[in-house]
Amino acid sequence: MNTHRRLVNPRPRLARSLAALLLGMVAWLSLPGTTGIAVAQSQSQPAREAPTPAASLLPTQAERERFHALAEELRCLVCQNQTLADSDAALAADLRREVEELMLAGRSDDEIKAYLVQRYGDFVLYRPPLQRNTWLLWLGPFVLLLVGATVWWRVQRAHRAGLRPADAGGPGTAAARGGARTPEPQPASDADLERARRLLD
Amino acid sequence: MKALRFILPAVVFAVIAWFLLAGLDRNPRDIPSPLIGKPAPDFSLPVTHDLARTWSPQALRGKVWLLNVWGSWCSACQVEHPVLNDLARSGEIPIVGLAWKDMPENSIAWLRRLGNPYSVVVSDVQGRVGIDYGVYGAPETFLIDGAGIIRYKHVGPVTPELLQQKLLPLARELAAS
Repeated sequence: MNTHRRLVNPRPRLARSLAALLLGMVAWLSLPGTTGIAVAQSQSQPAREAPTPAASLLPTQAERERFHALAEELRCLVCQNQTLADSDAALAADLRREVEELMLAGRSDDEIKAYLVQRYGDFVLYRPPLQRNTWLLWLGPFVLLLVGATVWWRVQRAHRAGLRPADAGGPGTAAARGGARTPEPQPASDADLERARRLLD
Repeated sequence: MKALRFILPAVVFAVIAWFLLAGLDRNPRDIPSPLIGKPAPDFSLPVTHDLARTWSPQALRGKVWLLNVWGSWCSACQVEHPVLNDLARSGEIPIVGLAWKDMPENSIAWLRRLGNPYSVVVSDVQGRVGIDYGVYGAPETFLIDGAGIIRYKHVGPVTPELLQQKLLPLARELAAS
């Protein structure tokens, strides 16, 4: 019975497509773009500029670990979907050196991030702060999730509550739902009638 | 209630479609610079053609000028170079060249070959000044006003359209005020 209902019920698809849309939107928000490849190419630096991985300036292992953790949080501006730690771009090498020097100068992680944000904007941070222009980025996925969950819940509730009284209302309804089942007429309770009224208004 | 069932998905669809559509037109390379409206970072760099001398933006206080970031290794810079040569010929606005991450001898050879539109060229071999200006690729062009404030930044080659429709009108406006 349950299996049958699931097979003929088209509405869970709505929830599924909402979930897909949600994923799409999250992807859109987290990847600042897939266009502009031509510009990206024209601006990328030629191979002869390729950096040799510079030896770390940092003397201790703890400092190198701190540096690495920090560089993982920062975006390379040339190859935008790589972190500063991963990127081979010449600018990334320069910025790594800059970060190391700032660390050696005794600046805190927050100060170093502020230094880079001051020059390159929030875009350098893989985790931008929650502020006026980023609330949608942070909260949007949850809002969409909430919308999707609400729709799904309503569909489920309406379906579970509504199928029998609605079918009882006329043979056309059952056909419209794609169900070939002939429902056994049952006396509707007051609660069922109330639900039916709500559904039909 | 029944109407909502149709309106809500339509609204959700419209919102998401709008986001995706707007996303198509965005150039991910155009990262808004936090430096617009802020004082141009000061620096003192060797003059490319005379390395014993240094130059600082203080020299252009009171003037509206362009700072063009380029390098002899940068192919897009060759694309915009004729535009800069034309602009220099008109004499409308001083253009300062920042030879970014480039060896002075390479910069000089390049300028000899393609023409030199710059009032002065300074060499930022290490790329330090570039970092202070938030440069992440070449070419980039900054419009700086008489008070030393960055008013506009363009990423990528300067085109005649950009010059006529945006940079020069803005420069004239800034010079008049």
